[in-house]
Amino acid sequence: MAVAEKDEEIIICRCEEVTLGEIREWINKGYETFDELKRVLRVGMGPCQGRGCREIILRELSAKTGRPVSEIHPGTFRPPSKPIKLSLLAEIGDG
Amino acid sequence: MTLKRTAEVVVIGAGIQGCSIAYNIAKSGLRNVVVLEKDTICSGSTGRCGAGIRAQWGTEMNCRFGLAAIEKFERLQEELGMDCDLHQGGYLVVAYRDSEFERLKESMRLQNSLGINTRVVSYAEAREICPGLSAEDAVGFTFHDRDGHADPFLTTFAYTEAARRLGVKFLRFTEVKAIKAVAGRVKGVETNRGDFDAPVVVNAAGGYAQHVAKMAGVDIPNFSERHEILITEPVEPGVCPPMLISFSGNFYIQQRPNGSMIGGCSPEGHPQDYGLGTSWNFLEAMSRTFVKLLPRARGIRVARQWSGLYNMTPDCQPILCESDDVKGFFLSCGYSGHGFMFGPISGELLAQQILGQKPRIPIGMLHYKRFERGELLVEPAVV
Ligand SMILES: Cc1cc2nc3c(=O)[nH]c(=O)nc-3n(C[C@H](O)[C@H](O)[C@H](O)COP(=O)(O)OP(=O)(O)OC[C@H]3O[C@@H](n4cnc5c(N)ncnc54)[C@H](O)[C@@H]3O)c2cc1C
Repeated sequence: MAVAEKDEEIIICRCEEVTLGEIREWINKGYETFDELKRVLRVGMGPCQGRGCREIILRELSAKTGRPVSEIHPGTFRPPSKPIKLSLLAEIGDG
Repeated sequence: MTLKRTAEVVVIGAGIQGCSIAYNIAKSGLRNVVVLEKDTICSGSTGRCGAGIRAQWGTEMNCRFGLAAIEKFERLQEELGMDCDLHQGGYLVVAYRDSEFERLKESMRLQNSLGINTRVVSYAEAREICPGLSAEDAVGFTFHDRDGHADPFLTTFAYTEAARRLGVKFLRFTEVKAIKAVAGRVKGVETNRGDFDAPVVVNAAGGYAQHVAKMAGVDIPNFSERHEILITEPVEPGVCPPMLISFSGNFYIQQRPNGSMIGGCSPEGHPQDYGLGTSWNFLEAMSRTFVKLLPRARGIRVARQWSGLYNMTPDCQPILCESDDVKGFFLSCGYSGHGFMFGPISGELLAQQILGQKPRIPIGMLHYKRFERGELLVEPAVV
């Protein structure tokens, strides 16, 4: 496995391949909520909806804004809670 | 942060409309422009839309706007310095009724006369454009290869970042509560974070435009309808190269460059309660449409569903004008399901009007007084 040279190169969101460096860059440009980072970098928009990256991103936002993680809005989870096949959804109604 | 309390222009709403208007005004030289947004940038309809872009329209106005918008999107990265993830796979319009196909062909002749190269395609050709398409029950298809879609977030942020570089201020979590006007002239706004004085105030409040207009004492017939939409996990490209759309079939389906498929349709019951909920009914109905049209998409998983507001007018065309009743109060709203694609051009045209220049495409017909006068410009080609 390749090891990232610097913290900045560590991939935080595996669904969309977003690095810590990119997250820090956009936080510094004023994208200081989870939802704003989601919209500009697609973190949390992949099939896992941020299960892997949310905590790390909230910690980065906390470090930048000085607010505790518990006070930072974790963004919106959308249904379905787990990806479902189109065929399954299409056939449910037919049953 | 100390807020600049006076501005040359205050824009209400940081969706694609507000951001494009602010950028275009600043580009023309007015630098003291403030955009007030009650939530975060792109949190309204723009951040919830399908972001389709097309010139296949049924009215001359929309055709002109659509073509001009495509021309702008094709050069947007160059202009704004950020990639907006434009994909031009064309729109393949599917007709299921003879009368509908006749109307599409009539619209096509109008489009052709305005320099839009839409053409009729056979089912065989439709299947070359969209391999795997299953539409035996369709009676005809039209196709325009420069239509497509972009990333609505990146497009809006591209405008925001370019506008910031020109000095425009964006204030998030700042909600306009009242509009000040004296003797038929706008004077500024009141917000939850203090007042702003400005001789020009722009209403780009999307789904809430009718509320904001009322704050200025201006009545517009707009209403907001909830529309649902879903996205799948990313899969290999080529499952749906064009935007597939049908007005009678009531669907649009596309595949983003990252491989995710997006689909939406007109809602049952047309809910107008300003809610942003999602329904199982939609998920089921939309999935049925997907597997019927693209049987090979059966195994693709739906990743997320959400909803957003269409800000509607009685003729499904926007309001883009200065108020006659309150001078200095401008409106850019009522875009129905196509306000994302028009953002680049409507922002440019309204900025020209605000700066006292002649908009390069005449927009006089888009005044809200047309509804009172009964001069509606009904657009038939909408989902
Ligand atoms: C499901 C769906 C699919 C769509 N598909 C397409 C498509 O394929 N192509 C297309 O072109 N269009 C599409 N649309 C339509 C498109 O999203 C809208 O027409 C467009 O985004 C409108 O942009 P806007 O800037 O006017 O509004 P918005 O993006 O809603 O921006 C308005 C902003 O104003 C803010 N605001 C409101 N009131 C106040 C206040 N009092 N003070 C401060 N701020 C305020 C809101 O918070 C909001 O951020 C779709 C819409 C939906 C819902």
